[in-house]
Amino acid sequence: MSLLNATQVEGGYGGMNILKGVDMAIDKEDIGVIVGPNGAGKSTMLKAIFGLVEVNGGDIQLRGQSIANLAPNKLVELGMGFIPQEKNIFPSMTVEENLEMGAYIKPQETARMLEKIYGFFPPLKEKRKQPAGELSGGQRQMVAMGRALMTEPTLLLLDEPTAGLSPLYMQEIFDRIVEINKAGVGVLMVEQNAKQALEIATKGFVLASGQNLYTDSGHNLLNDPEVAKSFLGG
Amino acid sequence: MLAKLFDKYPDLPLRELVVAALVLVALLFVFLSQGNAYSLRMLVEAACYAIIALGLTIQWGYGGQFNAGVMGFVALGGFCAMSFSMPVNTEFWNSDLPGRLGQTFLWGLVGIALVVAVSQVHRLGVPKKLRTILTIILALIVWMVFRSLFDPVTSAIESEVDFVGGLGMPAWIGWLMGGLLAGVVGYFIGHICLGLRSDYLAIATLGIAEIIKAFLKNADWLTRGTATVSPLPWPTPGPGELGFIWARSLYLVITAVMIVAIFYLLQKAYNAPWGRMIRAIRDNEISARAMGKNIEKRRLEVFVFGCVLIGIGGGALTSFNGIFDATGYLPLNHTFLVLVMVILGGPGNNLGTILGALLVYIIWVMSEPLALWIMQLFADLGSGAFGWDAPDNLSSRALQARVFVIGLLIVLVLRYAPKGLMPEKLKHIS
Amino acid sequence: MNELVFFINKALISGAVAGSIYAIGAVGVTLVFSIMRFAHFAHADQMTFGALIVFFLTALFPGAGAALGIPTPLLMLPLAMLATSVLAIGIDKAFYKPLREHGVKPIVIVIASLGVTLMLQGIIRLFAGTSSRSLYIEESKAIFRLDLPGDLASRPLVITEPQILLIVFTILAVFGLHLFLNRTRMGKAMRAMSDNPDLARVSGIDTNKVVMVTWVLAGCLAAAAGTFLSLDVSLSPDLSFFLLLPIFAAAIVGGVGHPYGAIAGGFLVGYAETLSVFNWSVLLRPINHWFPEWMEIPRNLSLVGTEYKIVVPFFILVVVLIWRPTGIFKGKVI
Ligand SMILES: Nc1ncnc2c1ncn2[C@@H]1O[C@H](COP(=O)(O)OP(=O)(O)O)[C@@H](O)[C@H]1O
Ligand SMILES: [Mg+2]
Repeated sequence: MSLLNATQVEGGYGGMNILKGVDMAIDKEDIGVIVGPNGAGKSTMLKAIFGLVEVNGGDIQLRGQSIANLAPNKLVELGMGFIPQEKNIFPSMTVEENLEMGAYIKPQETARMLEKIYGFFPPLKEKRKQPAGELSGGQRQMVAMGRALMTEPTLLLLDEPTAGLSPLYMQEIFDRIVEINKAGVGVLMVEQNAKQALEIATKGFVLASGQNLYTDSGHNLLNDPEVAKSFLGG
Repeated sequence: MLAKLFDKYPDLPLRELVVAALVLVALLFVFLSQGNAYSLRMLVEAACYAIIALGLTIQWGYGGQFNAGVMGFVALGGFCAMSFSMPVNTEFWNSDLPGRLGQTFLWGLVGIALVVAVSQVHRLGVPKKLRTILTIILALIVWMVFRSLFDPVTSAIESEVDFVGGLGMPAWIGWLMGGLLAGVVGYFIGHICLGLRSDYLAIATLGIAEIIKAFLKNADWLTRGTATVSPLPWPTPGPGELGFIWARSLYLVITAVMIVAIFYLLQKAYNAPWGRMIRAIRDNEISARAMGKNIEKRRLEVFVFGCVLIGIGGGALTSFNGIFDATGYLPLNHTFLVLVMVILGGPGNNLGTILGALLVYIIWVMSEPLALWIMQLFADLGSGAFGWDAPDNLSSRALQARVFVIGLLIVLVLRYAPKGLMPEKLKHIS
Repeated sequence: MNELVFFINKALISGAVAGSIYAIGAVGVTLVFSIMRFAHFAHADQMTFGALIVFFLTALFPGAGAALGIPTPLLMLPLAMLATSVLAIGIDKAFYKPLREHGVKPIVIVIASLGVTLMLQGIIRLFAGTSSRSLYIEESKAIFRLDLPGDLASRPLVITEPQILLIVFTILAVFGLHLFLNRTRMGKAMRAMSDNPDLARVSGIDTNKVVMVTWVLAGCLAAAAGTFLSLDVSLSPDLSFFLLLPIFAAAIVGGVGHPYGAIAGGFLVGYAETLSVFNWSVLLRPINHWFPEWMEIPRNLSLVGTEYKIVVPFFILVVVLIWRPTGIFKGKVI
């Protein structure tokens, strides 16, 4: 039984289906990476999994239990975490308050988790009293990840965690994601920096027009000339 | 039978017919129960309200702009109707007062020029902060000086010649000027608020309406303030010459012609490229902007156009009432009632708005005796069965019941019929 | 010195009173705005409602306060706060929430709140009539006259009991709000939802609960502001309409969505209003002899007549909208 198993998912905004039957399966030890052209429905798929977009066909299961159309706060309680593509911090709140909000459903764990996250992202400890909106892009991404990790999720969804970051920070973020995964957290992320992302992926999904185009291991996708030509910039 | 009819002619506008029939039945009921003179008066007022409602339907229905200060623009129309149509006050014009008034206004202009000049001194190298402070201080001083010049003149006008009087022109010129004035005020408000969050427009218009009213109420030299001005001349022969029924019928004809003309223009504009663009902006601002449309300008046009119609309707309404009383303009009657007409009739649907105006006004007028009757009934029942004392001021309480009903109507329509009785017919633009 | 005392009485104290009322009102409006993103026009009527509940309770138990040595209306205020909160939540459930869930534009909810305003006004007048009445039913308003030491001034400083209560309440409310927003889990959740509602949902914050707490806060503040204002002047059903514009002006001046800005905006609008109808010639009179003969000080030297008081908040509002639509403090735009 996979950790996350999405089968033939259909869904979209206001009755219009963007997703036209998407399959995806992730295990605890997986890093799944979704790539594809702009507007393919990658973000929509993540949102559908996290109950932010209505699912009106197919099913989504977490450890065998259907979670389709559950409210996000229920999913957080079931051990999922989600980092949206943009606007993924509370800009006027301090770094520490951002993290506290991540642990909203487990207030008694806050202190312990704060220490853990600060250990994981040392720069955040220095800036803990600073409004998150004043941080640099890379540090904001750390706040966003830290916030999602505060509940110690077993499955983490990330939407373009490296968008707009310098290559240095990008590598740092990818390293962190691998580290998180090693600690036993299943990861499913959307990435524009497809090549670098597929390097660390155990599973890759190429999405186009709301449908699966290719599904394989990251390594195989990287070496597939078809995929390389159309989606990895040659 | 009806069903068969519609099977045969599937294009028959069912909704329109049903609503129109409803209005007709209501009208018939009023005519039969209240007599011709009363019903005609109600009908003329409803027609004036329909013009006002058309103005609001442009703003809210076409443009998605919420004007919460219809009353202010109605009052401006009424003020112009009064000012232009009242006979000339020869006493005023023969005195030295017009000259003194003109002189004060000239000084006012000089003061404005001075303030504007000082607001530009940063070009001469004065630091910007200092310039701002200087400008503000100067503006305050100029304002105080202007007031000290202006107040004696207006008091003199009030004590010597009552008020400045009118211009002795036909009433319809006053209506048009009312539209113009409302449009100018609307231009400034729109210019400031249309680019901001939509609620700001609601707040600003709500405020401007109260300010217009406060000004008209307190500028005794111009409007006689709470002393009111009457009788206002009609553009048609008055009841003194023709009797109530004929005079009101004639007035009704004029307002009906106006409605038809406005309706025709609106229908044309709605289907013209201009109307399509307006709707495109309302429905999807982002893509309209992406298509390179000048959104701010179109929006302002819609808002000003709506204000003009409201001003004209306000002029016609005030002339018909025969009295200019600034305190008589009420948010309930002149803003919220119109709002209900529009959202119930169907925002963006001109015919729906007109029918909505008629229907709501009939209900509004008839609800007062009805509410009183119901309350009387309850009071009688109460005192009969339980020995309650009926509250003394039933009629004023009945009026409050209407306030509640209007509010309830607004929330109910928004919730259960957000597109009104006659929804705007959206033709898909390809 | 008498002139200075006059200035303190008529300008400083009056301004503080008006400013406190506007500040408390604007905080309520701004809280509702930052959580639900619409301008809640019925807020001022919730003030009247709260004051009316206090009036009814005071009329029922006129002597209750004397036992504790406080004015009865003050004793009844917590109950009125409770009632107003319940009303606010009920209104939200019945009228705003369905629209919100339907995904309408915020302006439609604004219109609904105008409808609610009318309904509340209708009900309030239906039951309470249109006349104004004093909240001091069997008690009398304590008025404190503080004589200045020595022969400095023959006039005393005058401040009334409700004015003192109001100012004390405002200070406590501001302090309490600060603690609530920065120290409690729920307060932080409110700020989070105001910052980024989608992320708040994603973080597992129960947004329905936040909405409810917001209405409770807004209702309590509204009831308090309405009661203190009615204590100071009198309870009149028209109260709300004249509060609406200054309160919204205050909220916008401070930057909608900023509670602290709303407080500053409230005092700014309150003082601007008071100072612009203040007759400045009183202050010039003592230095009259400094002016040349021909320059006579006019008897009335106020910026605007009292009949145009309502223009002042509007004027400030328009200036701020032109000059800096996001409010006088720098900060986020919602
Ligand atoms: N909130 C929304 N409402 C309506 N349509 C949307 C919304 N968000 C995205 N879409 C549409 O859904 C499609 C897929 O978008 P998305 O999933 O964001 O693409 P991407 O693969 O680039 O992340 C696009 O055509 C986009 O226009
Ligand atoms: Mg995306």
